[in-house]
Parts: sequence; C-alpha cells; structure tokens
Amino acid sequence: MSEPLLSVRDLRVVFQMATGEIEALHGVDFDIQPGSTVALVGESGSGKSVTAQAVMGILPANARITSGQLIFNDPLSGASTDIASLPADSSQLQDIRGGRISIIFQEPMVSLSPLHTVGDQVSEALFLHHDVTRAQGMEQTEAMLEMVGFPNPARALRTYPFELSGGLRQRAMIAMALVCRPSLLIADEPTTALDVTVQAQILNLIRDLQSELKMALLLITHDLGVVANMAQTVVVMYHGRIVESGTAVDLFKDPGHPYLSALFKAVPRFGMAASERLVPVRTIEHELGEHFQSPASQALQTGPLLDVRHLCKTFTIRGTGLFGRNESTRVKAVDDVSFSIQRGECLGLVGESGCGKTTVSKILMRALSPDSGSVEFHDGQGPVNLFGLDDDAMMAMRRKMQLIFQDPFSSLSPRMTVFDIVREPLVIHQRGDTASQRELVQELMRLVGLDPRFLSRYPHSFSGGQRQRISIARALALQPQLLICDEPVSALDVSIQAQVLNLLKDLKAELGLTYLFISHNLAVIDYIADRVAVMHRGRLVEMASRDQLFSNPAHPYTRSLLQAVPHPDLAKPLDFEAITASGGSDPTQWPTAFQLDADSDSQWLDLGQGHRVRARTNANPGEIMQ
Amino acid sequence: MLRYTLRRLLTMIPTLIAISIIVFVIIQLPPGDYLESHIATMQAQGESVDQKKIAFLREQYGLDQPMWKQYLTWATGFVQGDLGYSFEYDLPVTEVVGDRMFLTILISVVTIIFTWLIAFPIGIYSATHQYSWGDYGLTFIGFIGLATPNFLLALVMLYLANVHFGTSIGGLMDPEYIDQPWSTAKLLSVLEHLWIPVVVIGTSGTAAMIRRLRANLLDELEKQYVTTGRAKGLPPGKLLRKYPLRMALNFFVADIGNLLPGIISGAEVVAVVLSLPTTGPLLIASLQSQDMYLAGSFLMFLAILTVIGMLISDLLLAMLDPRIRLQGAPAK
Amino acid sequence: MSEPKTPHFVSREPFDPHSVEKLTPAQEELYLASQWRLMWWKLKRHKLALVSGFVLALFYLVAAFAEWVAPYDLHTRNARFIHAPPQAVHLFHEGKFVGPFVYGYNYKLNMSTLKREFTVDPDNVQPLRFFCEGDPYHFWGLFESRFHLFCPSVNAMKYERAGQTFNLSGQGGTVFLLGTDRLGRDLLSRIIYGSRISLTIGLVGIAVSFILGIVIGGLAGYFGGWIDALVQRVIEVLRSFPEIPLWMALSAVLPVTWSPLLIFLGITVILAMLDWTGLARAVRSKLMALREEDYCTAAQLLGARPRRIIGRHLLPGFMSHLIASASLSIPGMILGETALSFLGLGLRPPITSWGVLLNEAQNINVVALYPWLMLPVVPVVIIILAFNFFGDGLRDAADPYKT
Repeated sequence: MSEPLLSVRDLRVVFQMATGEIEALHGVDFDIQPGSTVALVGESGSGKSVTAQAVMGILPANARITSGQLIFNDPLSGASTDIASLPADSSQLQDIRGGRISIIFQEPMVSLSPLHTVGDQVSEALFLHHDVTRAQGMEQTEAMLEMVGFPNPARALRTYPFELSGGLRQRAMIAMALVCRPSLLIADEPTTALDVTVQAQILNLIRDLQSELKMALLLITHDLGVVANMAQTVVVMYHGRIVESGTAVDLFKDPGHPYLSALFKAVPRFGMAASERLVPVRTIEHELGEHFQSPASQALQTGPLLDVRHLCKTFTIRGTGLFGRNESTRVKAVDDVSFSIQRGECLGLVGESGCGKTTVSKILMRALSPDSGSVEFHDGQGPVNLFGLDDDAMMAMRRKMQLIFQDPFSSLSPRMTVFDIVREPLVIHQRGDTASQRELVQELMRLVGLDPRFLSRYPHSFSGGQRQRISIARALALQPQLLICDEPVSALDVSIQAQVLNLLKDLKAELGLTYLFISHNLAVIDYIADRVAVMHRGRLVEMASRDQLFSNPAHPYTRSLLQAVPHPDLAKPLDFEAITASGGSDPTQWPTAFQLDADSDSQWLDLGQGHRVRARTNANPGEIMQ
Repeated sequence: MLRYTLRRLLTMIPTLIAISIIVFVIIQLPPGDYLESHIATMQAQGESVDQKKIAFLREQYGLDQPMWKQYLTWATGFVQGDLGYSFEYDLPVTEVVGDRMFLTILISVVTIIFTWLIAFPIGIYSATHQYSWGDYGLTFIGFIGLATPNFLLALVMLYLANVHFGTSIGGLMDPEYIDQPWSTAKLLSVLEHLWIPVVVIGTSGTAAMIRRLRANLLDELEKQYVTTGRAKGLPPGKLLRKYPLRMALNFFVADIGNLLPGIISGAEVVAVVLSLPTTGPLLIASLQSQDMYLAGSFLMFLAILTVIGMLISDLLLAMLDPRIRLQGAPAK
Repeated sequence: MSEPKTPHFVSREPFDPHSVEKLTPAQEELYLASQWRLMWWKLKRHKLALVSGFVLALFYLVAAFAEWVAPYDLHTRNARFIHAPPQAVHLFHEGKFVGPFVYGYNYKLNMSTLKREFTVDPDNVQPLRFFCEGDPYHFWGLFESRFHLFCPSVNAMKYERAGQTFNLSGQGGTVFLLGTDRLGRDLLSRIIYGSRISLTIGLVGIAVSFILGIVIGGLAGYFGGWIDALVQRVIEVLRSFPEIPLWMALSAVLPVTWSPLLIFLGITVILAMLDWTGLARAVRSKLMALREEDYCTAAQLLGARPRRIIGRHLLPGFMSHLIASASLSIPGMILGETALSFLGLGLRPPITSWGVLLNEAQNINVVALYPWLMLPVVPVVIIILAFNFFGDGLRDAADPYKT
C-alpha cells in the first residue's frame, strides 16, 4: 500500500469573531490516496469548505490553524510537506498551491476576474509554476481549453469570462485548475450552481480528466447523488467534526452514524412509493388550530381550480447600439403556455434556469401582465378571468392565491418582527381586531411547527428552513385555495428540504390546498407532485401524471433531464453516453420530430391518460414513441 | 470602442445644451438688462455714454429681442468662440480672459495628477494594512485634510510663509512675467509657483480619494477572484498588482467625475486668496459687479471643463474595462 | 489503480441533530432587537463616532444658549480694545492660587508704525466671574436677561486706580479669550453667536435637500421609466457644474435689497438646490434595490397599496442609510456657506456666521498682523470632522444585517 497523497491529522481551525473565538473544525482526520476520489459531505456550516481552504492555505484572514497536520506527499518530487506548518505566503506553499494542488469553486462567475481574458487567467498558473516560454505556454493553454471542451479554444483565449455561458465558465475554471497537471484537485461544490444537464457534463469531464491526468480529487458537496457517482471514499462532516468515513460502498450500504442514515432518509429519490415519506434530520411537529379544521367543503368539489390558456410574454432586452432601441432583441420568455390545475392537485412545473417558469408564476400572481392569453380561476361560482378584474375584485382574489418564494432570506423583511410579518396579510385585508389577529397568528405558527414564543423575534435569527416555514405561515394567513411555490426548497440544505416538503405535503392534504410547485429538481417534483409539466425555453414540451412521466418519458428533453439526475444510489450510476445521445437541452440535437423552429407548427400529441407531448404537426406517433 | 465613443460624444450634446440654458437663466435673473444698468451707472457718475457703442452692443446681443433669441445669439456666439462682452472692462470677454483659462486648465490637470500620485499609494497602503497604526494615522490626516476648507488652508499657508519666510507666496509667476508673452522662463516660473495652489487645492480631494480608494480596494480584496488568484500560487505582491489593483484602477479613473467639480470649485476660491491669475478672481469680481456676460462665460467654461473631464474619464474607463467596451454596460 | 482499503469509521460521540440550531443567551438578545437597537449597538462600538456625536451635541447646545455662554453681546464694541490679542486664562498669580483670571492690557499706539500695541500688565489681575451679570440680551426674543456663564471682572484694580472708563458694558475688566476684531468686538462671543447661523444653515439646508432628494429620488425610483430618465439627466447636468462657482453665481443674483433673514433663507435654498442630487441618487438606487427584494413583492402580492409598501417596507429599509448620508452632506453645506461668506458673496453683516467672521481675515496683511482673526477656522474644522466621523459611524451602523 502506497503512502497517502494527503493526510489530514487532527486539524483544528479557529475563527476570530467579534464575539470571541469560534472553533470551526474540532480535529478532522482523513487521507486521500493518489488518483482516488474522496467526497467531503455535510450541510452548510459543517466545515467542509474550511477544510478545503486549510489544505490550500487560503483560509480567510480571521481564521488560523491551531493544531494538526496536513501532510502532502508529492508523488512527483517525493517530497513530504506539512502544509499546516507553512506560513500562508511562504514560497514553498506558493509552489504547491496551484502547481501541485488546485481548486475550483462553486460560482465560476465571481471566481474569475472580469477584466482579464480567459487565456490570461488560465495560462497564469502555468507561467508561475513551470519554466515555459510564452509561445509554449499559450499552446499548452489552448490544448487544455480544448481538453475541457471549448469548441474554439484559440478564440476562447481572447474572450472575457462574462462573454461565456455558465457551463463554459466552469470549464474555464477547470482548465485553470488543471493546466499545471496537479496531483490533487479540490472541487468545492463545482456543480451546485449549474443546471442538471450541465452538471452531468461537468461531472463527466472531471472524471475523464482525472483518469487522464492521474490525479486525486477532493470533492466537496452536499449532494449524495453526486457522491454516489464520483467518490470511492466518503467523509461525512457535521458541525466541524467527522462523524463517519469509509468507502462509498460501505457507507451507502451500511450507514453507521445516525446523521448519515438520517440524511439518506431525508433525500428524495426517484421511484419512492406514493405512501413513502421522507424523514427529516430534524423533525417538526405541527398542529391544526380551530381556524384550520375542516376543509371538507373545498375538497369535495372537483374540476379545475385554475385554467391557463395560451399565455405569451415577450421581454425586450434593450440593445446598446448607437441609437438604442433599434438593436433591442426580443426574447419569448413564455410562449403559448396552457395548462390547468385540478382542485386539490399538485402540479409540478419543471425546467432549467431561464426557461420561463418563474415568469409564469409572476403572471399568475398578476405581478406581470402577459402579452396575450388568459388565466381563469374557478371559484365555485363560475370562472373568473384574472386579467379582467378591477382592483377591488383582484384584492379579493389575492386572498385565494398566494406565492411562496425561493429565497428565504429575501422574502421576509428583516426590519419586522415575525409577528408583524405573519400578521401583515390580516392587516392589509382588515381581518378581525388586534386580539383575534394575535390569536390567529399564534395558530399559524403552530400550523407550520414553530414555537409561538418566536413571534417577537426578527427574521435574521432563523435558519433557512424556519424562515421558509414563516413564509408558509404568512401565505396561509388568508386561507387561500391555491399556493404557488416557486422553488421553495432549492435554497435549503438537503437535511432541511424534507422538513419543508413534508410540511407542504401535509398541509395540502389537511387543508385541501391546491399547489403549483415550480422546481428544477426532478426528485423533489417526483416526491410532491401529482402531475408534471416540463418547460423548455418558454414552452411546455410534455405533460403527464407523475407515474407516467417518470416511468415513460416521451420528449427527448424530459429524458435527458431524467437521465442527468444523479441518484444517491451506487447501483444507478449516471449514464453519460445516454445523456449525450438524448440531446440534452439543445433542440438541434433532438430527433427531427421534436425540432420546432419558427416556421414549423407544433401540436400536442396525446399519448393517452392525459400524457401529452409537444411535437411537429406532421410527426407520427410511432416516431415519437420509438 | 469607436461606437461607444460616438455615443458618449452624442450624449454630451444635450448635457451641454442644458448647462448653457441654466447659465443663461442665471445671467438673466437680475432685473433689467445690463446695458440699462450700465448706462444708468455711467450717467449717474456724470460720464458720457457712447450711444453708438451702446447701439452696437444692443444689436450684437439682441437685447431688444425675445429671450430665446437672445439665448440663441449668446449660445451660437459661444460655439464660435465669441464669449460675449464684458461691460466692466469694456472689452470682449475673450480679451479680458487672456490666458487665464489656460492657467485654470493647467492648475486643474496638475492638481488631478498630484491627487492621483498621493492618493494611489496611500490608499493602497491603508487598504492593505487595514487597522494598522499607519492606516489610522493616514486616515486621521486624511480626515483633517477633508475637514479643512481649502481657502482656509491657503490662508494658513500664506500666514505661515509670511511669519517664517517673510515673503508672499501668492501669484502663479514671478511679478516680472505678468502680462509678458509666454517664454520658457515664464513657464518655468509658473511651474515653480504652481505647487502651492496645487497642494492647497488638492488636499481635500486627495483625502476624499484616499478614503474612497481604500473602501473600494477593501471591497475588491474580499472578492472571490482574489482567492482564485491566491489559489493559483500567486505571490501576494503580484496578486495585488494583477487583480485588485487593476480593478481599483478602473474605479480610480471613474472617480474623476467625483473629483473634477471639487477641484475646479476649489481652484476658483483658492485663486482669490492666493491671487492667482486664473479665472477665479475675475469670476468673483464679475459676479460682485454683476458683469453677467463675463460671469456667464466663466461658468460655462468651467462646466464645459468638467464635462470634458468626465468624458475623458469615461473613455479611459471604457479602454480599461472590457465589460463597458464590449457590452456597453456600466461596471458594477 | 490499487485501491487501499479504507476503514469504515463511525464517530461514537453523542449526536444531537439540533445542536446547530441552539442559541446562546447573547444570540437570543440579538434576535429580539429591533433594527434601531441593532444600529445603536453597532454605533456604540464606533467610539470616534460617539465622541463626535457628543461634540456635535455640545456645539448645538452652545449655539442654542449662545447669549448665555458668550461673555459679551454680538455687537458690543470696546473702542479701547481694537484688534486686541487673545487674553490667556491663568490660575496662579505670583505663585498664589487666585482662580481663573486674566491679566489686563496696557494699550499704546505706536506712532512710528501706527500699530496698536497691547502689552500684558502683570499687576492687573482680573478674576473671571461665573454665573454673573453682564451685557443685557433678549433671550430667544422671549425675555430680558443679563445672566452669563462667565463675565469679565468688575473690579479691575489698576484701571480703577487710573480712573478710566473703557467699555460700553460698564463693567470693570475685560475677557477677550480669542482677541477682538477691528471694532473691538470679542471674537469668542462672535464665534459663539456665529455658530447659530453656521450650524443651522447646515440643518435647514439638509432639511430642504432631504425633502427634495426623497421626493425626486423616490419618484424616479418608484415609477422608473421616463420620469427616472429625466431625473437622471437633470442630476447629471447639475453634477457637472462645479458647485462653488454655481453657488457664487446664484447668490450674487440675490437682490441687495433683501433683508438679512431673506438672504439667509436664499443662501440655504441655493445650497440645498445643488445638494439634493446626491441624496436623490441614494434614494433612487436604494429604492430600486429594495423594490426587487422578495418581501416587497410579497407585500404587493398580498394586495398592499403603494402607501403601505413605501411606509412599512421601503422607508424603514433605507431611512437609516439616508440619515447617514444626510449627516455626511451637512459638512459640505457648512463649508459652502463659509466659502461664500468668506468671499463676500454669501451672508453679509449684520448677520454673523463663521464665514462672515472669516471674511475679515481675507487680507494677508490682516492675517499676518492679527492672526487670531483666523480662529473661526477652528470650530469649522471641528464641526466638519465631527460630522464626518459621526456620519461614518452612522453609515457603518445603517445596515445592521450586513455581516
């Protein structure tokens, strides 16, 4: 057995805060073998990123290593160095940093300087660590850019980061980290900010490069699906400590620590039985008060609650030409979108960032007005057209539908107490007097599983999950019939997600609510939705019940979305070839039957049982079902 | 880039027109027209009035015509280099002004350079040595510089020079060169005298710029791309030079817009105290005697100077920042 | 690849899934604090800002009670003491403790230089009186009083022996701690009275520009579109004027026939007219940023009317920032007034401000002969420093939720 590439021994890191010293790492031990992949798993604040920073010697100024060793055995020189004992700016550490160990970060946009070309930034490490001439360096840089998949590497040398797409930026970041052929690559949440299809490509790329360059990988992630697909060894961190470590096989088969087994139970997976529930790491109890008892009258009614017909919305992006307006481009954010939501149903709306799903939710809430199309709300007394309502009628309508936002930190005013926040809808709609409002607010808090004693606190004291529950309490204050949830759990840790998902699921059943649930995460949609609509570049491309969509997807885009989701299961690895083959999100790679351009008409093809897919008018069903 | 320049030049036109209208309104604010009050004063003093000249002026400036026509006459004259007529000096403004405008530009430009030369290293030192004694000391001096009105600083310097050297340090050249044609010797003399007004005018601007630069650089040092650079193994000095400083340079150039009006303001006031042969004393004299065409021309000139300064700063910024050059978007 | 066997390690330490959510008592307190409390805590840590705030309060108190603090009236002339240098306060006379006193002056006109020469008379001990009767004044226009914080001595021994009567207030000694001006008026008293104008012009000016800034910036930020474009252009044009020359031009336009009070108001409005642009920009950008916050959208979707959104969500969000930037732009106005009056284009006597006082020090010869006439600079510098430090502290504290 060879000696490890990197041994972390009893690593302790202390942060100097205004309130005193806080130990972020309480003695961390693990090894990385040459050429292997170690995944560091944990929720935010668990100390995974701090560990990576310590290894690179790039801890923030207010942090320092108080004890422990970071032994790096360089396979190239055979030298053994204790990184922890070196001053952060020593030349030895500078040689290792970027040359022998390199790092890629989560946010490629902010990690690259906007003022320097890609070529400049990628080649920089090469000139620093290797004795190469300018021409050789640029040549090697170009080769590296080609290796990470830049279509035109010579041109890429001269482009600026802000001219690239998110995926290409991350590729540039990877090229920058790998240009010196380090023996250890640290990847700090490298795909968290990316869409799922791009994530699969980047993961594949990292794996290919890893075997080609024979380097080890320290992968920091909170996504157990990514771990299952990438790692041989897994290290689980919680609150600055390692709670469990071992081979991926051992840990996935037989999680020993309650935290890890809790994590596995908290992550939504495909193919869960309809009755199976997620178990959050931290469970909450909620109770229904007297105001929120019998939903019977609503639940008994059937038929659609919301009918959306032919919504279109075009945004004009201002050009920066000499005479302004002339060069503006028009982007169809929502293009002929129609769907209906049945009473008591949860419709999932899936799509990648920028596909127009949030625009749809804003139109439904009348925060934006569409260019054309209609939205009808069925209130038991016949349909009501949302866009035909005057201010007073709209005010009444607002009591019937509410929105839950993605970002729990921006959706609560930091300057109001929780009481004022939850009470605000009651005040706006003049419901009851102060005493009855207080009573109702307390009941709402219990409804979402929060202690009513928290009411006099300010939002900044709550964790993301708690804040999201406060948002839900506010949305429920007026007892709406329809909740539009815009990515309500995507900003939350995996360990918290299940808490909020379960709460939403329970409230839906108990209060007879109807949901439009928007998400980019297919596993979450699978867990909560009854029916699913898939959206791509402003259009709906497929609609089906949950079972049908996940078992029998028809549209190539849906298929690649499904294939690209990494499963927290060693038995179901990502099939990178299949993802590439199905065309991903690029319509030109799809089979011709699905290719829609400006002059070809499209239609909904009914595949039975409400399963519909958008295809060319003249496409035949045989071609579709392959 | 060419496009950007053109666009930027085009947007200058409405700004200048708006400025000229404001200046013209200010000129027109006092009741009556100047010729009337001029004639009245002269008659009151028992002097004879050259009716021919009055008639000529009245026609030249169309004082009997409606306001908008007067404005057009004045504005078009301005474009053609005719700055109007000074009643006080009984001369066309261009002749009264002489090389005062040139000296004003000279002082402003030298002051900007002085400000940069001082502010840049100090700002960098303060930001990279945050909360050190050096930082505190420099910050404190900077605050004092900020809080001392520059005309008072000029006074104090005059006083100190008088007490310690017994000389007057006013003026912008040795007395023998005043009203002499330009020569190498005169230029040298000007340069010799230049430093005092430059230091006096530049102090508060420098102090303000140090503070802004420090804050800006501190922000940049926190950015993720700096960490990326560090992670590549860049030595600290090189890292600082290549990334945050490069970024701060943009801010620095963009900051001319904040700096220039202050410098020009300061130059005007300080000029009075130090009796510099720039536009300042004449502007104030003309305002006090309500010689409004002269004052208006000066105001217009100063505003144009500022606008051109900002134009140069914007163009430099576009050259430095690919985001503006390539996207036309402001640097955020 | 040879796969070295990694042992399966499981921590045996007790596991509490809620440990990351536990709060310390200090955190509890923090979480119950309103934004103003948090800001106060943050400001308290900024010692310099606190001291500056104290200094500012002191200055404004002195300005409010100027009649009482100043030993002389604003216009009291001491014909015998024209351009008298400052008198120092002593405690000991010939080794004996006397309490605070000043030495009297011997005055002589130097016939060769035609200069007035004052020499300290070491025998003439003039103890200061405290809480005493001195020049009469009409306090705040409400009632007559002669009560002062301190006054010159009544029984200036030597002068009484010489049997001379020398000042209009009819008292014995003199106390010119900062010297006198060309009419023999006590400079300290004049600075104290002058602070009234100099300090209020900043406040009144900022009040005017605050209103202009909030209304105009608010309109631009809330409605956007062409209103915003227009406001932006106007601001751009105004900002490309060098401030002081424009101020000078505008104040030169004020009719000479106006009463001092009108001139004062006119100058204030002129200062505010150019100053609102900075505030309007701050309001506009803050408003635009806040409007994008989800909690504002949430209120909108709840059906809240614009008035409620502005009042409950937007205003509390940027008020603190505005107050901070307002306090940072007061010094500019004070300086502006000082500069204008110094140049003779601003306030004119009999209104007395620090700038008007400094107007006397414009001439280099005056400065060389009577350097104490430059002393009104000191309060100007102190007040500007104090506003800057205080404003800085406020600005740092203005966003209590920024980590």
